[in-house]
Formats: sequence, C-alpha cells, structure tokens
Amino acid sequence: MHDMSAHAAEHHAPTSFIRQHVFSLDHKVIGKQYYGLALVAVLVGMVLSWLMRIHLAWTNYPIPGLHLLSANGAPGNVMTPEYYLQLMTMHATIMVFFVLTTAPFAAFGNYFLPIQVGAEDMPFPHFNMMSFWVTFVGFLVLMSSFFVSDGPTLGGWTQYAPLSAIGSASGPGQGTGVVLWATAICIFCIGQLLGSLNFITTTLDMRTKGMSMWRLPLSAWAWFITSVMGLTAFAVLMPATILLILDHVAGTSFFVPSGLVLNDQLQPHSGGSTLLWQHLFWFFGHPEVYIAIVPGMGIVSHILITNMRRPMLSHRVLVYSMGALAVLSYMVYGHHMFLSGMNPVSSLAFSFPTLVITIPSTIIVLIWMGSIYGSKLRINTASLFALGFVSMFISGGVSGFFLAQPSIDIMLHATYFVVGHFHLVMAVAAIFGIFGGTYFWFPKMFGRMMNETLGKVHFWLTFVGAYCIFMPFHYLGIAGNVRRYQAFVDDYLQPLIPVHRFITIAALLTGAAQLIFLYNLFHSRFWGKPATGNPWEATSLEWSTPTTPPPHNNFGDKLPEVFHDPYQYGVESSTGDYVMQASPEKVKSAHDEA
Amino acid sequence: MATTVPEPPKIEERRDPPRLGIDSGNGGRRNLVPAGGDLRSVKDYAPPPASTGIWVVLASITMTFAAFTSALIVRQGSALDWRHLSLPRILFFNTLLLLASSITLEVARRQVGSFMSGRRDAVANPARWLYITLFLGLSFVAGQYVAWLQLRAQGLFLATNPNSSFFYVLTAAHALHVLGGLGGLMRVISRFKRSILRKSTLDATSLYWHFMDVLWVYLLLLLWIKL
Repeated sequence: MHDMSAHAAEHHAPTSFIRQHVFSLDHKVIGKQYYGLALVAVLVGMVLSWLMRIHLAWTNYPIPGLHLLSANGAPGNVMTPEYYLQLMTMHATIMVFFVLTTAPFAAFGNYFLPIQVGAEDMPFPHFNMMSFWVTFVGFLVLMSSFFVSDGPTLGGWTQYAPLSAIGSASGPGQGTGVVLWATAICIFCIGQLLGSLNFITTTLDMRTKGMSMWRLPLSAWAWFITSVMGLTAFAVLMPATILLILDHVAGTSFFVPSGLVLNDQLQPHSGGSTLLWQHLFWFFGHPEVYIAIVPGMGIVSHILITNMRRPMLSHRVLVYSMGALAVLSYMVYGHHMFLSGMNPVSSLAFSFPTLVITIPSTIIVLIWMGSIYGSKLRINTASLFALGFVSMFISGGVSGFFLAQPSIDIMLHATYFVVGHFHLVMAVAAIFGIFGGTYFWFPKMFGRMMNETLGKVHFWLTFVGAYCIFMPFHYLGIAGNVRRYQAFVDDYLQPLIPVHRFITIAALLTGAAQLIFLYNLFHSRFWGKPATGNPWEATSLEWSTPTTPPPHNNFGDKLPEVFHDPYQYGVESSTGDYVMQASPEKVKSAHDEA
Repeated sequence: MATTVPEPPKIEERRDPPRLGIDSGNGGRRNLVPAGGDLRSVKDYAPPPASTGIWVVLASITMTFAAFTSALIVRQGSALDWRHLSLPRILFFNTLLLLASSITLEVARRQVGSFMSGRRDAVANPARWLYITLFLGLSFVAGQYVAWLQLRAQGLFLATNPNSSFFYVLTAAHALHVLGGLGGLMRVISRFKRSILRKSTLDATSLYWHFMDVLWVYLLLLLWIKL
C-alpha cells in the first residue's frame, strides 16, 4: 500500500447536516452544489433569453407581468430599449460565467476528477469549499443588480469602455449596475482560481499507484488543461475588473479618455485608454471560450468511447490537440478586435493564429468522426448528446473560418452571424456536453438511472430546436442584421422580422422541452430505476467505487491500483469486452498499452 | 446500492509479446511493454500537494501583476497626462525590511526543519525567527501605509493623475498579497506550536514569502522607471 495521498483530505465523514450538505469539504458535494448553481443560472439565463426574443419579434407588445420585474424597465409591461440591453447583458454574463464555466468544469470536474485519478479527495478541500461559496456569492452579487433602482448594467457581457467606465451618465444601470457586475465577476475570478489550484494539484499529485498521466481518462485531461487555462485567464480578468471598479468609484481614468462629451457634458476624465479594456478583457475572453468547451470535449470523448466499445483512433493526438487549443487560445484574442481601430497589421497577426487554431479543432473532430465510423455505437441518451455535441461543434465551428479573416469580418462583425457562431460552437455544444455528462454520470452520482425514453425525447426536441433557433442567425447576419439592437426599425431589416418570429417560437418551444429534462432529473433522483455500480460497462476508476454513490472517501479503505489504460474496450476478459483500469486481470490489450 | 469490485479471475502467468508494427498503437508509441516486464513502472512517490500548489498560486499572481503592468504601459502611452512623481523615500527602507524578512524566514525555515527532523543541532526555540519575520512583514505593510501618507501629503491621491493611480493600485495589490502571506506565516506558527506542521506547508509558505519579495523589487523598479 502506498501513502502518497495521505496528504489529501484527511477529513472524516461529517455528521451534522450543515457539514454534510452545506459547508462540505467533500468534493462530491461541492460538485453537486456547483451543478445546482448552474441549473438555477441556466434557468434564469433562459428566461432572460425568452424575454429578449419576444421583444425582438414583437417589439412594442406588452409582456404580461414584466413590470413586476422592473417598473422602470417595463412600464406598462412594454420593454424599454435600455431594458432590452440590460436583459441581454445579464443573459450573457450569467450564461458564460455561471453556466458554461461552472457546469462542465466546476460541477463535473469537482465530482469526478478526484475519483478518476484514484484519490480520496482534492488536496485542498477547504479551498475547494471556499471556491464554491465564493462563486455563489458572486452569483448573488450579480443577481442583486436586478433589484437596484437603475437596474443591471446594459453594456454587454464584454463591458466595453468608455460606456462601461463613465458611470450613470451613459444610461440606466451604468452606475451601480456596472459596479455590481464588476464586483461579481471579480469575486467569480477568485472562486475559479481557487478551483483551478485544486484541479491542477489533484491531477499532478494525487494520482493513485499505476495511474500515469497517459492512463488518465480524456475527461481528466480536459479538466486539467482547462484548469491551466483558467489559472492564467481569470488572473488577468480580475485586475481588469478592479481597474473598472476604480474608474467608477474612485474617479480614476484607466479606461476613459479625456475630452469625452456625453449629453453635452464634458466627462471629468483624463487620458485613459478604451482599447486597454478590450485587450485585457479579450486576453481573458478568448481562453474563456475554450474553458467553456474543452471540458465538454473531454466528457464527450469519454462518453463516446464507452459507447463505441473501442478507444479513440489516437488518444495521445486528442490530448495534444486539446493542449494545442489551450496554448493557441492566448494568441488569437485580437480577432475580437478586428474592427476596434487597432493597427491592421495586428489584425493580420491575430488572424493567422486564429486560422491555425482551427487545425487542432479539426483534428479533434476528425478523430471523433474517424473513431465513430465503423464502430457499433451504443445509442443511449448520453451517446446521443455526445453526437449532438460533435454536430453542434462542427456547425458552429465552420462559421469561425469566415470570421477569422479580417476582410470578411468587416461585414460580419457585430451581426447575427457572430451570435450564431458562438451560440452553436460554444453555448449549445457545451450544453449538450452537460446534458450528456448528466445522463452518463447520473447513475454513479445518485444510484439511479434516468428515464431513457424521456431522455431521447428531450434529445431530439433540443437538437432540432437548437438548429431551428441558431441556424437562421447565420442568414440574418449575412443579410446585415446588426446584433445588440433591441428592435429592427430600418427598412432593410423589415423583411427579416418573420425570421426572428420563427426563431422566437423555436426558442420558446425548445425551452419548454427542457421541462422534460427537469422532470426526468428530479423524478429519477428519487424514483428512478436503481442502478448497478457500472451500468455502462465502463472502465475508468469512477465505475469501480465500492458503493454507488461513492462513499465519503471514494474508494473505501483501500485506494485502487491501476493496471490498464483508460479505454481497454474490445478485449476478451472475464467481465466481457472490457477490462477495468483497476482490475489486475491481464488481458490481450486492444491497442498497445500507453 | 453497494457494488463490489469483481474478483480478478485466476489467469495463468503468461505475458503477450509486444505487438510491434501491427496497428497504430496509440499514436505510434512503441516504447511500451518491455519483453517480459511489467506493464508500466509508475513511481510510487508523488510530490506533496503543497509544493505543486504553491507554484500554481505564484503563476496566477504573476499573471495578475503582468496584467497590471501591461495596463500601466498602455495607459502611459495613451495620453499626454503622465506627470512623473518622486517615490517616497520610505519605500527603499521598506524594501530593506522585506528583504530582511526573507532572510529571517530562511533562517527560521532551516531551524524549524532541523527541529522537526530531530537533528542534534536544533535550537530550542526555532519559532523565534518566525516571529521576527512576522514582525518585519507587519512593519513593511505599516511602512507602505506611511508611504501612502507621504504621497497624500504631496497632494497625490488615487485619482489625481494616472501615475498616482497606478502607484496606489500596485502597492495596494502587493500589500494585500503580503497580508495573505502574513496569514500563512501565522498559520505555520500555529501549526508548529501544535506539532502538526508539515514540512511542505512550511516550504510552500516560505516560497510564497520570497516571491512577495521578488515581486516587490520588480514593482519598485517598475514604479521607479515608469512613474
């Protein structure tokens, strides 16, 4: 027996309700707490998107009850233009930070990374607990901006200066709303940095005996790579938000230039650089979108392999490609700034790595497709969502090739083409990854299976619905439909309004379809069919815990020893066509063991 | 629902020869199964998490101050309102305090280390140097506050001009991290007193403190050159 993880969480199983379920040091509880937070956040974000879509399609129509949410923002239940922008900003902020960063990375990662490496817990359980509660406080601070008199900020989740930095002179929500936004995001950064610390040290130091880095499942690699990105990206966003807060409350001029006249008033600022905000923000912003998608890639690879009953074409190339994505993601951020007025040579300098970054992405997709081809993929809800992820990633990804080129981006920047691109490639794909992970890992987390029929209905409605919503965005963008407009009053936009109505109806119906998922989730939690410890006949360590759900210290008295690669499927063994990582049984391996 | 790990079946001891050149084998890796050997010799030893963790922490702090530095450089270049200020003298004295605290911390670390491993040259009260470090660190923070007072006396506040803004922001950010380091030192002292201090904790905390030193020297140079 080895003692290297004696350092870990030497915490005994707690007994009180508060220590078990509220302030828990157990990574599994923390993972579930993050999942719950993401669930609440996605529901809020989705409702905000419905309000936005209804307003876009039927602009001056009253929405019943809206004045209860904001009397200023919706007098007589008709949304004001400013309130549309406020809802839009909050929709994006909540979704990007509290859903896409939280669920695939913090929720599933916290739950499963320690188990997949064969550890009892993460090495810094107090920091882990703090990371969740800090993130939760950040969410509360963000949500509180709905309830201040001016409402939340309206500057977009990107909060470009000088609009974000001047203060309430630039619109409702630009005073307190911005300060609350920036404070919430600063707090969120701290939470994520604490989380990244735990993920990195878990992967490097807490692997059990026999678990070399190359024996890690792909989901563990994805969480590790994501946490390295998170470490560097969030550490840059935090000072940016601090400087923004200072511009608001302390009268500094980091981002506001001198000589700015607003509403016939000269703004009392001097010499700041608005472009500075964009550089700082997008240096974080681009790795952030990879932080949102790479865990999904790992989860989807993991699910696909289990259901294909054979490993990927090349495990190592997949890992190297995810790593390449992470490294390149820091070099491409200027492609968000092609039209910012910066030197056109900079545009060339950013366009080139942006096109290069399509190479590892394409390699990953081709590995997926090449591995699926010829396999007898088991079709269940998890594998369907995994396939859906691949589909959405491809559909969203190809539009990126166009946006990567400054000459085309001149036409497409800030149109619905961009909105369609990032919703498909990041938002919908990541959500499909989250759904896939949920259906796949639910039996391990709760000891019960989710309902397959409901799951498949949920998948097909969401899959078709998401395409109905976001594919037309590309057409709208090419037709010149500008984004972040609250209404379409120009003549050239009038013929596009029926498209918007179609999208809105699709969005509402797809949203309604998520009720099936919610019902399935909660019903199965308590009344689902009891699951065995390894219902998918999978090989990785999470499926060899002694009980399901895993006990407090994950593996009982004895940590597992790893004998095999993570994906030994298609072999002949005593258990069937697979051999589990922790099984000492020697079999003829499917591929050469790494 | 309890599930047990299946018992491994009795399989005869027979090893497959490495199958070279037959399939792609994980991206072409061939240096795998030594003939007749065990599959993979993975080291039993893993570094204590605190020693990896501290480098992770230092990496993120480096990125934060890199962001502040780039903000400073861009801001200086973006407008003509950069009016140089003279650094308060006490900053140089504070620097000496911080450097001294690093030295005392190293002394403390070695003494505590030899005390913990029960060596014969251990001193009776190795925590003394830890307390001295703590005192020097607190003096540094107090000295930084005096520097701010001196700047205020010159009429330079947070929003007066961009230099002063960066002066306060950079020194405040550094001071906050130093306070965190002091918290870490206090935790080390407390755990030492209760005999539950791990060497990796002590080493990690010391590394953090030395990094604060290096960071301060860098910031001082930056402020001196730029401001």
